[in-house]
Amino acid sequence: MPLIITEEQQMLKTSVKELLKNKGAITNLRKLRDDSDPIGFDKELWKEMVDLGLSGLVIPEAYGGLGFGYTGLGQVLEETGRTLTASPLVSTVLLSGTAIRLGGDVMQKEQLLPEIAGGNIVIGFASEEGKHHAPKLVKTAATLQGDSYVINGTKKMVLDGHVADKFIVVARTNGAVDEEAGIELFVVDAKTEGITTERIIMMDSRNAALVHFKDVKISANSRLDGFTNGGYALLEKTLDIARIGLAAEMLGGVNEAFERTIAYLKERQQFGVIIGTFQALQHRAAKMFCEIELCKSIVIKALKAIDADSPDLARLASLAKAKLGEIYQLVSNEGIQLFGGIGMTDDEEIGFFLKRARVVQQTLGDTNFHLDRLARMRFF
Amino acid sequence: MNDSIKQNLDIFRKETRAWLEANCPESMRQPVTSPNDLYWGGRNAKYISDDQRIWFERMLEKKWIVPYWEEKYGGGGLNNIEHKILTEEMTKLGCRKPLFSFGISMLGPALLKFATAEQKLKYLPEIVQGKIRWCQGYSEPGAGSDLAGLQTKAEDMGDHYLVNGQKVWTSYGDKSDWIFCLVRTNFEVSKHKGVSFLLIDMASEGVSTRPIKLISGKSPFTETFLDNVKVPKGNLINEPGQGWTIAKYLLTHERQMIGGVGETGTPPQLSEVAQECIGLTNGILSDSILRSKVAKFEMDEAIFDYTIERIIDEAKAGNNSGALSSFFKYYGTELNISRYELMLALQGYDGLAWEGEASNEGQLARLFCRTKGNSIEGGTSEIQLNIIAKRILGLPSS
Repeated sequence: MPLIITEEQQMLKTSVKELLKNKGAITNLRKLRDDSDPIGFDKELWKEMVDLGLSGLVIPEAYGGLGFGYTGLGQVLEETGRTLTASPLVSTVLLSGTAIRLGGDVMQKEQLLPEIAGGNIVIGFASEEGKHHAPKLVKTAATLQGDSYVINGTKKMVLDGHVADKFIVVARTNGAVDEEAGIELFVVDAKTEGITTERIIMMDSRNAALVHFKDVKISANSRLDGFTNGGYALLEKTLDIARIGLAAEMLGGVNEAFERTIAYLKERQQFGVIIGTFQALQHRAAKMFCEIELCKSIVIKALKAIDADSPDLARLASLAKAKLGEIYQLVSNEGIQLFGGIGMTDDEEIGFFLKRARVVQQTLGDTNFHLDRLARMRFF
Repeated sequence: MNDSIKQNLDIFRKETRAWLEANCPESMRQPVTSPNDLYWGGRNAKYISDDQRIWFERMLEKKWIVPYWEEKYGGGGLNNIEHKILTEEMTKLGCRKPLFSFGISMLGPALLKFATAEQKLKYLPEIVQGKIRWCQGYSEPGAGSDLAGLQTKAEDMGDHYLVNGQKVWTSYGDKSDWIFCLVRTNFEVSKHKGVSFLLIDMASEGVSTRPIKLISGKSPFTETFLDNVKVPKGNLINEPGQGWTIAKYLLTHERQMIGGVGETGTPPQLSEVAQECIGLTNGILSDSILRSKVAKFEMDEAIFDYTIERIIDEAKAGNNSGALSSFFKYYGTELNISRYELMLALQGYDGLAWEGEASNEGQLARLFCRTKGNSIEGGTSEIQLNIIAKRILGLPSS
């Protein structure tokens, strides 16, 4: 399994780059922010992305998708990372779409996957409850009552939650908080009685809602029960795939922020010379270059592992998310510092990368979380 | 690949494996545990065992000492795929390399690219046969990072060069027969343009060496003195003034060697050392600060390996990623230095022993000291960063 992308994947990447170059540029995100856009992403752009097939890339052909694979989706995410394009790609396709594809029964898949592929639906993935990413920290209860489950609890950081048509809700049918057993995933219609959402606009100008579930009654067959090893294993696998997808997005942001910084070093003059001639700055740039070489490697390695259904997925996912978290932080910090005063202004776009870096770092586990997980996998 | 080629390669693989199984002595399939286990050839070569001699002689006869060189130079004439198959089969059986040689890894590639037909036929077969052990004479007391500032002088005396100067950091200078040197043949032109590449027989009058004792207590390097040494003019490679071009080409090979795998065997897994030395509390390393450092190190180590994998795959697919040898040299050596820094921290008092059987004569402490040279030799880390900044990132010179 060579660590390169195929010609087809390269073609996809190029056409996405072309599309996003104008329509998904950071000016677009700035406009959404300044207009306090009620949706938080550009619906027209999203429609064009859907027309290009991006929403159906990882959905099997039998369910209206392209079955193109995650390495392909990774190339798309890299481009949305470069342009900081806000879209339901992460919430609906990467997270919820993956969970349904892996864990849904035939009926659930027939009902939901074509809708995702068609771009007709936004599905929020409601898993987090604490200050930090913690997949086992599930207090939200799903109590069986006759042929219904009743859900009670509050979910944080539900991406696109304020405009979601449905949610995938991670809830506990039994067991203590922090136990793996008893964790299950449910498909819940956002209009169901008892659900209230609070929109939270974040640092990166994107949206993640706080979603309250108060005696929310759903039918018993809303549970995603098609995964062999149960609810928690389904959650972990979904999260690992999504972590890798986010790492691909982060790689795009890292590359873009780095290239902009290098371009600035070649143009800005002080003391009558171009500041890129200073060795102190050259070495900082060269060190970043080296770290980015590592970032490229782990992202392609991990993406290929998803498509090969590798048993090593969890380790590679944590390696990817840990490394990209570390380096996006480095490159976004260095970007501001090397741009100097202009980097602190809202007019200069480098700051948008700093803000996105901090949000995407926390999402689904930061470097600390994943280093800890890697250490546990190696029994220390 | 068409079927008949594939069939032929399958046959080649089977025959190769059968030959190796029949001809590689059992003791030559054991992991190398000490630098003394390696056979370097040369005028004063000694085999440490009959098996070592037999293995070398058989591989020589089979023309597999340098399997990918042309047969006229004593190579096996194998193409890339056959060479890869041979390497894979040797790795599977754990066969040792029959000959370690700077002639193969460093001088050879330079001769193949820059020497005359006559020079190639003179020097390459002696390298293959292990008759001549080569060393490298680049650095000087006043020319380290500023290598092009070297001052060793080669004066054109009509029928020969008269060489005067001093080299330093000559790897195994006291054990080698010939030295390939950078010398200055022209003091009138800019410093890069006055350098030439000269081969010198160390048995010549006026050549002497003195070992340099390192902080590790060992002496793998020497100072090399060149005092009125007469060198035939035919020993100059390519044109006078081409030395810098040849050296740059050759340094790329050297950097890949230093940045790559360590000298002997595979390094220990840090997390296993950590479990042993520090112990666990509820399944977690008892020292949480060391734990995070080890975890971070192992992350970078694993991803560095994937990076080697990726660059090879990209090269195979024809995407030449450019001057990446500086990246490998820089990152690989910095990682290795971190590895031994952490090893020492994990071992605590036990890692500090310098002598005695329990510590294998201070193996860890000495290796630790030795790694400090990794970011200096073959171009310092700072020089590598300069190269990356200028050649890859295109940042301007002042």
